[in-house]
Amino acid sequence: MRLEGVAHVFGDHINTDYIISAKHKGRFTDIKQMVEYIMEDIRPGFHREIKPGDFIVGGINFGCGSSREAAPAVIKESGIAAVLAKGFARIFFRNAINIGLPAVRVDTQSIQEGDRLRVDLDKGMVENLTKGGIITTQPLPPFVQQIVDSGGMENYLRDHPSFDL
Amino acid sequence: MGMTLAEKIFSRHAGRAVKAGEIVVAELDAMMTHDANRPLGLDVFNRMKGNKLCDQKKVIQMIEHHYPAPGAANALAQRKMRQFHQELGGVFYEGEGICHSVMPEKGHVLPGELVVGTDSHTCTYGALGAFSAGVGSTDMAVAMISGKLWFMVPETIKMNIIGTLPPGVFAKDIILHIIASITADGATYKAVEFTGPVIENLSMDARFTIANMAIEMGAKAGMIAPDQMTLDWVNRRNPDRAFTPHVPDPNARYSQEMTFDVSRLSPYVAKPHRVDNGVPLEEVLGTPIHQGNLSTCTAARLEDLRIAAKILKGKKIAPDVRFFVVPSSKEVFTLALAEGTLSTLIDAGAHIKSSSCAACSGGSAYALLADDEVAITTANRNFQGRLGNPKAFIYLASPATVAASVLEGKIADPRPYFSA
Repeated sequence: MRLEGVAHVFGDHINTDYIISAKHKGRFTDIKQMVEYIMEDIRPGFHREIKPGDFIVGGINFGCGSSREAAPAVIKESGIAAVLAKGFARIFFRNAINIGLPAVRVDTQSIQEGDRLRVDLDKGMVENLTKGGIITTQPLPPFVQQIVDSGGMENYLRDHPSFDL
Repeated sequence: MGMTLAEKIFSRHAGRAVKAGEIVVAELDAMMTHDANRPLGLDVFNRMKGNKLCDQKKVIQMIEHHYPAPGAANALAQRKMRQFHQELGGVFYEGEGICHSVMPEKGHVLPGELVVGTDSHTCTYGALGAFSAGVGSTDMAVAMISGKLWFMVPETIKMNIIGTLPPGVFAKDIILHIIASITADGATYKAVEFTGPVIENLSMDARFTIANMAIEMGAKAGMIAPDQMTLDWVNRRNPDRAFTPHVPDPNARYSQEMTFDVSRLSPYVAKPHRVDNGVPLEEVLGTPIHQGNLSTCTAARLEDLRIAAKILKGKKIAPDVRFFVVPSSKEVFTLALAEGTLSTLIDAGAHIKSSSCAACSGGSAYALLADDEVAITTANRNFQGRLGNPKAFIYLASPATVAASVLEGKIADPRPYFSA
């Protein structure tokens, strides 16, 4: 799968409270209604900057904190096509894979706000169309890649109902 | 080569000998899901056309995060959980207190077991020598249907805690110090084994505080090998269910071994807005506060309330400070009430709330902060906005430091209250 969009750059340790705060997530049952509060405490109005297909770019430990699946879900619902980060907190990473939001481990150091990126998930490459240059992503374990290829855990289990490896 | 505690537990639950790095599908002993997350575990269960729970005794639903419901949407979610329980069964608790206090108290998690929960602080049960990890709603639904889940068997960091803990310095100080040393992602994807003479001498309540915060260094689980104290504790609460405790082999292979000597450790305080922003108390002494919270799954158990009561007995908190106490469970609440601990706290000026996750995040709409206000709390997270306001400031500390601080209206040293 090839994705192309603009980078929205965040720093290290972006926690799931920042992505969608506890104050808001409990008020809604529909993830769509949470989109206007995405990153509200650290970047108010961020939802208005997002164009479908854009990327969130983080540093280390992206998605740390709470286990709330609403965090990757609200990112996906906002139109963000993938999250690129130097590293992910494990529950966020797992949740993102499970719901079919690509979480790409890659050295994001050189990526700046507004850079246009082309992300090739199959080849594991991120091309910076603004600055030039290609960055290679870290591959996933084959089993986890299968979940990604299925589009998430629900689809994976539909295809592999016995849940064997 | 010997096995770590995590490798032993995964080997038994996967039905074959496994080592760190392998991916396994493992049988679960329990799965806990609560009212706070969206989607609810049951929402995904329904979407996946689940029609039957894998095991009536293993699936535990708890209404505990935001209880009583602070808003109509919470009330709706809680009603869905009740209806789900009526239709499909499982174990159900409402208003019993914080899941991470109640799960061990009610014997739903035992040494050597493999447990998941839709809450990042599910790692708390590692204090019993269980492997327990937080998951999201989709994993929970898969678990509720199939009774199993995939895992990567983690590498383990061994943390040896040595020395003698000084009076007035507690488990919360140890873990804040460790997190400040290793940083918020220093143990990502890994299990941590806490060991050594200091850990052996900690009470079960204190051990829960240590394991609870393993996630704050990114760990998948934070475990303490079960000893006689653990077995006595669980046997009192679980008279009938069989379990297999494991301890790590002496020649187990660790990805890293660290030693922390706590003999000269000061009380530790994590400054806003990061949990790994911990410093010795001396660096923040005298910071004015507006509010103190003795609450959450980290440190609001009976021992924590008693420590605060010891400091506050016969005294009054500072006039311009609020003090909110939320005992971790109904069991803790009842015991603290009967022995007079709660009345000591009330007489000192505390406001007591029924057991729930209140005063942890903004989600429960309880004890929120105004712009520029400062709170000191026994909780585990001080992220910007965590208590409902991004313009407020949260410091994390031990129950003793919180109690000393509400007394003086500024961040204060609890050690004088414990000197001989």
